Amino acid sequence: MSSTIEAAVKVETRRQPIPPRERLETVFHVDDLDAIYGSKSAIRGVTMDVYKNLVTAIIGPSGCGKSTYIRCFNRMNDLIPHFHMQGTIEYHGQDICSSNIDPVAVRRHIGMVFQRPNPFPKSIYDNVAWGCRMLGMKDRLDERVERALTQAALWDEVKDRLKASGLSLSGGQQQRLCIARAIAVEPDVVLMDEPASALDPIATQAIEQLMHELKSQYTFVIVTHNMQQAARVADMTAFFSISKGAEGERWGELIEYDATEKIFTAPSDKRTEDYVTGRFG
Amino acid sequence: MSVHGMTERTLNVPDLQRRQLFNRGMEVIAWLAALIAIAILVVVVYSVGRRGWTELNFNLLTKAPIPFSFTNAPQGLSNAFAGTLVIVAIATAMALPVGILVAIYLNEFAPPAIRNGVGMALDVLAGVPAIVIGIFVYGLLVAGGGGQSGLKGSFALGILMLPFVARTTIEVLALVPNSLREASLGLGVPQWRTTLSIVLPRAIGGILTGTVLAVARVAGETAPLLFTSSLVGAKTSWNPLHALQTVPVAIFELSESPDPKDHARAWAAAFVLLLFILFASLTARWLATRSARKIAGR
Repeated sequence: MSSTIEAAVKVETRRQPIPPRERLETVFHVDDLDAIYGSKSAIRGVTMDVYKNLVTAIIGPSGCGKSTYIRCFNRMNDLIPHFHMQGTIEYHGQDICSSNIDPVAVRRHIGMVFQRPNPFPKSIYDNVAWGCRMLGMKDRLDERVERALTQAALWDEVKDRLKASGLSLSGGQQQRLCIARAIAVEPDVVLMDEPASALDPIATQAIEQLMHELKSQYTFVIVTHNMQQAARVADMTAFFSISKGAEGERWGELIEYDATEKIFTAPSDKRTEDYVTGRFG
Repeated sequence: MSVHGMTERTLNVPDLQRRQLFNRGMEVIAWLAALIAIAILVVVVYSVGRRGWTELNFNLLTKAPIPFSFTNAPQGLSNAFAGTLVIVAIATAMALPVGILVAIYLNEFAPPAIRNGVGMALDVLAGVPAIVIGIFVYGLLVAGGGGQSGLKGSFALGILMLPFVARTTIEVLALVPNSLREASLGLGVPQWRTTLSIVLPRAIGGILTGTVLAVARVAGETAPLLFTSSLVGAKTSWNPLHALQTVPVAIFELSESPDPKDHARAWAAAFVLLLFILFASLTARWLATRSARKIAGR
């Protein structure tokens, strides 16, 4: 086992021990999920539970379907022609994949932060307030905006220029603005698709910090290609890898899902060990 | 490169001089082609202006023509300018909403198969000769009864504008980054709201630019109007329920007159039309750069 990885895990002091599984509340129950583009499977047979008020990381090599997977949780893949899912994702007992569920309703409870910061071409204030207005949360909007920006650790930096364009902020600030925008509408879950991949280390640290502080209120699922990041922020870690079929087809598969500490120090699958120790990927 | 790892590090290129000469020659040809395009524009503007300048005055815009007058009483083409204004305005009012809605549907909502199919239909429609559109509207609305009117001329021009407006709008919508749509949809905002509040505001500058260009393009159309709005008197009218004179049709008719003054007036009207198109193109450019600047968030 690589000592640097162990160090990264040990350095992490803020992480509380995870309560025993039976005491955890399940937010998502994923059962035998396939995600398919046209006739090509991106991921096959994923079964796992996501628990409330934990940070769950999804790691794995490029092309293993991490992003496709996380975008299943809020039906974001619906925008892609010829995409469909098989299997179930139960969100508090309701199947998200079902055709009689409105994806818009799903997304009101399950927010998302994207790989590249994508603030609206509006003022900082309106970036946060717009979603609230659209969803009818119009009462005490100023308070709501301030609270979201404070939670996203951005308030002190922007409180004197709320009317300035969201695009005038730095990349790291823009991403925190996007997080503020996502949590202002009070989601239950926040999905993060490589939220720090376009950011410098200081901005990355700020975002990891705020995930720690907010996980008592939200459930986070984060895709990352940065193993140290997973080791630092996640309570649970799912490792995905690419499987190859007899006819050369490739798909992503969940190899191992366990407490982060276990995945990084005592993985039970050889492929996980190879990946987290840097021998592969 | 040799198999044994010995690569000759020479910078000599065989036939260098010949290549450089060839390159120079091609550059000159490209320059000439650009020069010819500009020269033609200059020659057109100059020759139109030179022939029309005697009649190029405010009377052209404000005074009605006096048919078969061989006097020196001041006359102009106010009827044609009024007619063109009315007909093009109504054509725009017809084509713009339909064109924009078609574009929004195709770019934001339609499945790929429909998008490609309807997109191709738009391209075909854009390629239909104007005179065919004229005959079509003549057969549909004029010949059957009721005769010509400005409104029917507008309808013909509207058909010409429609694919143009739809195409440019599709192009502008396609430039709106998907990340913005995802940002809005990810909040749980419905797609129609996202289109209305996030996508359209980003695209509005480009849509305006395309509209101005479409207006400039149909303002000079003659053929569709010959069939639908050309049997007119000399009185200036703003009523689209009657046939209205238009600038291109007036130019065509005056060119057949025996009076050289009529010829000069035709040239003058042509010059005004050119100026309008130039002005419209500059407006379109200005709108485009302005909206680009706004989108960049400055």
